[in-house]
Amino acid sequence: MSEILIEERKIVVPGEVLAIGLDYVPGENTYREEDKIFSKVLGLAAVSGRVIKITPLAGPYMPKVGDKIIGRITDIAFSGWRVDTNTAYSAMLNVKDATTRFIKKEEDLSKILAIDDYIIVDIINVTSQRLIDVSMRELGLKKIQGGRIIEINSQKVPRVIGKKASMITLIKEKTGCEITVGQNGLIWILGSPEGEAAAERAIKMIEEKSHLSGLTEQVEAFLRGGR
Amino acid sequence: MVYKQRLDGRKGDELRPMEAKTKVIPNAQGSASFKIGKTWAIAAVYGPREIYPKFLANPKRGILRCYYNMMPFSGSGERIRPGSNRRSQEIAMVMTKALEPVVDLSQYPNSVVDVFVELPQTDAGTRCAAISAAAMALADAGIPMKDLVSSVAVGMADDKIIADLTYKEEHIYEFNPESLNAVVSDIPLAMIHNTKELTLLQMDGEITKEDLLKALELGQKAIEKVYAVQVKALKENFIEESK
Amino acid sequence: MITNTKTVKELVLQNKRLDMRTFTEYRQPIEIETNISWTAEGSAKVTIGKTVVMAGVKLSLEKPYNDTPDEGGIMINAELLPLSSSEYEPGPPGIKAVELARVTDRGIREAKAIDLKALCIEPGEKAWFVTVDIISINDAGNLFDVANLATLAALKAAKFPVVNQETGSIDYKQKTGRSLPLTKEPISVTVYKIKGKLLLDPTMEEEKSAEARLTVSIDKKGTISALQKGGEGTLTIAEVGTIIDLTHEKAEELRVVLERVVVS
Repeated sequence: MSEILIEERKIVVPGEVLAIGLDYVPGENTYREEDKIFSKVLGLAAVSGRVIKITPLAGPYMPKVGDKIIGRITDIAFSGWRVDTNTAYSAMLNVKDATTRFIKKEEDLSKILAIDDYIIVDIINVTSQRLIDVSMRELGLKKIQGGRIIEINSQKVPRVIGKKASMITLIKEKTGCEITVGQNGLIWILGSPEGEAAAERAIKMIEEKSHLSGLTEQVEAFLRGGR
Repeated sequence: MVYKQRLDGRKGDELRPMEAKTKVIPNAQGSASFKIGKTWAIAAVYGPREIYPKFLANPKRGILRCYYNMMPFSGSGERIRPGSNRRSQEIAMVMTKALEPVVDLSQYPNSVVDVFVELPQTDAGTRCAAISAAAMALADAGIPMKDLVSSVAVGMADDKIIADLTYKEEHIYEFNPESLNAVVSDIPLAMIHNTKELTLLQMDGEITKEDLLKALELGQKAIEKVYAVQVKALKENFIEESK
Repeated sequence: MITNTKTVKELVLQNKRLDMRTFTEYRQPIEIETNISWTAEGSAKVTIGKTVVMAGVKLSLEKPYNDTPDEGGIMINAELLPLSSSEYEPGPPGIKAVELARVTDRGIREAKAIDLKALCIEPGEKAWFVTVDIISINDAGNLFDVANLATLAALKAAKFPVVNQETGSIDYKQKTGRSLPLTKEPISVTVYKIKGKLLLDPTMEEEKSAEARLTVSIDKKGTISALQKGGEGTLTIAEVGTIIDLTHEKAEELRVVLERVVVS
């Protein structure tokens, strides 16, 4: 006889028992010990069929191949640039991955990307020791110019984007800003100063209230009246 | 038995009033405040982040590093000289050991998670309050943990086994006129909630084996109360507000 | 740490800020809470926006200095805790903490805000010495102004402890109803210069984008008791004049908040 002890979207703490019995399967951010499944983080419970997983309410970003992130150039080497990824691990952007055009050997790399420049990149490789390679070769990956960069907890990124990008589209439309959300929690907002400030506040509001239902309506109301 | 009635009127197993909350330091990845009586600990978590000096890095997993500090005005006597000392270094070390068994940093090789605990005011039980606050701050930061750790001190004051000693109870021979020759022991404990395993165990004073085991039993119950306060505070921030 | 330096500077040239405040507008909330620590003789926690600072006063009885035998003393120390920002590391105070402590100290000492003679108990033998520790809890910019307010609030809240008449030693666990001889409350306002424009209460991003700053400690009448110019950039004499006017006006606004502090 198996028993589930939590319901959908219930808040759980690390170590909380989620289910007893072998009929349930431990999903992300949970673990099994004997016949019990426990949570491994502070988060919201999600049950799909027999699988129980926890959506964290906070937590560090884990670099994944294919993720689009925003990084900052911290150093320039012979073969490319060192990039701060807003995690414990920096990434390398190799010269060959920086642009589609040919870069001559004697070219001054700082003319292409200088220290403290922010860039939008894709993660193309992560090793077990978290050595990261990034690339700027795909469409939309570029050096950031103008606007502002803000930081949110990376666990809140899906909420800021919304289902089928509904939330971020709403903010873009209402504020007239271009917005690029990095999976590492850095977000680039480009628009009028007023629009940028409103978008920033809306995103911060989502970060703070990500666990609540009816968030889209709240954000809409804020963007309608809050400026 | 002379210490029948506790100086502040509490029952033997009764803790001082507790107050806890999380998200008290916006700059930190996670933070918590934990008050028990007049002892107050604030904890902030930074990381996982790059570790300096580099040679400390562990390629197999991230490192947990705790710091403990009493603010210069937090002692009940003279001002405390700021900065690290032997006492604060030892407490930081036992704090780290008390939390390490539940923290899982296997996904963060070569990094460090720093936990800073500061005490603005104290009345005994500071390392326990520090550990309880630190465990909450780690959970608030979203650090993977197999469980929470809760901490409180138990002990004996003049033949009576009690939970959560105050400064006056640790020095009962000074403050209770009938306890001038009293033997006192102070036993800070920390425990993992599910397994009831001890992750901190120290003692100052003198005690027999029988009394120690009784005290530990009392401690286990006392720690449950701390755990309840920690859990409530961790969840409180996420309860749906009534509209 | 994100700084958006370029955008901060571009906006300033359009008379705008990232958070859309005016140049002279402080962040909200501005809150002062006193007696936060029972072990201090006086204490306070001050919040401006997301910046939080605590201050605690401890008193001790000591022999007066030889050159001022009829006076007590005051010392202000600051600790920029690694708990308060990822920029601070454990260890002895760095130059930023030392500057913060000394500027706050001067503002109060030079204004003679504490009547040091009133702290003397027995000339040449015994006097009260006041130590204030400033502790950063969350550094989100403008520590100078927040630290000064916290120091004043803690001094205002402080009560002398009881002195055992027989032994002459202090019983820290008991307080008298007597307050410190605080004769006035010089308030610090720091003005930051970005792209030649002057603005108040910067966020951390603005602070890092500033060329220069000037901290002014000023009392009700407009008497200045401390100045400290910081940053790599320069100030003109005309700018200094403007800054003093600005700080006097703003100090009076902050004074209203400080005076709301009820000291029982």
